[in-house]
Amino acid sequence: MIDKTTLWTVIAGIGIGSFALRFAFLGLVGDRPLPGWLLRHLRYTAVAVLPALIAPLVLWPPATGGEPDPARLLAALVALGVGLLTRSVLGAILAGGITLYAGLTLFG
Amino acid sequence: MQSIKSIYWQGMRAGAPFILILVPFSTLFGVIATEAGLNVTEALVMSALVVAGAAQFTAVQLMTEQVPVLIVLAAALTVNLRMAMYSAALTPYLGQLSLPKRALAAYFTVDQTYACSVAAYEAHPEWDLSRKLGYFLGVATPIMPCWLGFTVVGALLGGSVPDSMALDFAIPITFIAIVTPMLRTGAHRAAALAGIAASLCLTWLPYSLGVIFAGFIGMTVGAEIERRMVLRGTWT
Repeated sequence: MIDKTTLWTVIAGIGIGSFALRFAFLGLVGDRPLPGWLLRHLRYTAVAVLPALIAPLVLWPPATGGEPDPARLLAALVALGVGLLTRSVLGAILAGGITLYAGLTLFG
Repeated sequence: MQSIKSIYWQGMRAGAPFILILVPFSTLFGVIATEAGLNVTEALVMSALVVAGAAQFTAVQLMTEQVPVLIVLAAALTVNLRMAMYSAALTPYLGQLSLPKRALAAYFTVDQTYACSVAAYEAHPEWDLSRKLGYFLGVATPIMPCWLGFTVVGALLGGSVPDSMALDFAIPITFIAIVTPMLRTGAHRAAALAGIAASLCLTWLPYSLGVIFAGFIGMTVGAEIERRMVLRGTWT
């Protein structure tokens, strides 16, 4: 169970922090130019952080007590493949979800 | 010159297809937030203040693992660093708006408003400031109510979703689906692979700190490869 003080501190902190990130350049920098190295790093945040976040969850899912699970592995691979081939977010989610349930029914 | 009203409608039409992605994504956030012990109000306030699904999922997951507050904040804000990039990308177009309007645009800066607006501004250099803002708010119009409304739907569904639905894995699948279309260049793919490798090597670190370090390692790898490709003239 999440402690209420923790929860509200986190909600307020991320709310303020996220707004600060969004406002940083638009609000404070205005129309002055930005250093190239900074933009270059920021360009790769989503593609670096999101895979880093989920990689351990794919290989060692907490729901199975950290044991690799064939249904989840297969679902992740199918979502990846469909995403790369079709560039469709919704297509990849659907394909991954269908694979997950098919896999859980077959292996489970 | 097109009227502001017609440009606002163009924005709405560009934003509308994202409803298909946002409905399941925000419903899922509501469900997972409730499973973690948040009530409907708490889930809704979080969606309204943070307006960034990936950061919200990260925060809720780390809080259920009883990770210290500072690390929860650091991890969620690292996930949201891309908002600073969007802010920077929008600045040349919207930077001359009044301060309250810039604050408004900042609040509505999300993946979809950024992506649609920058593409439209490049295609329509003749738009003036109020037309640019009109388009931006047009894209946000179908997205925001949907994001908040379906957070509530998910939170109300919450407890009634059985474990056999394997909802734990909805987040990995959704993130994979969001990231793969972004892997346009070798630098993007290298950043993702470096992030994954570092994250898997660093799982021994406490409090999911490995994710934060891995994110920065991935960003550095991507930026460095881009720099070298530009030097060699192979960057497009």
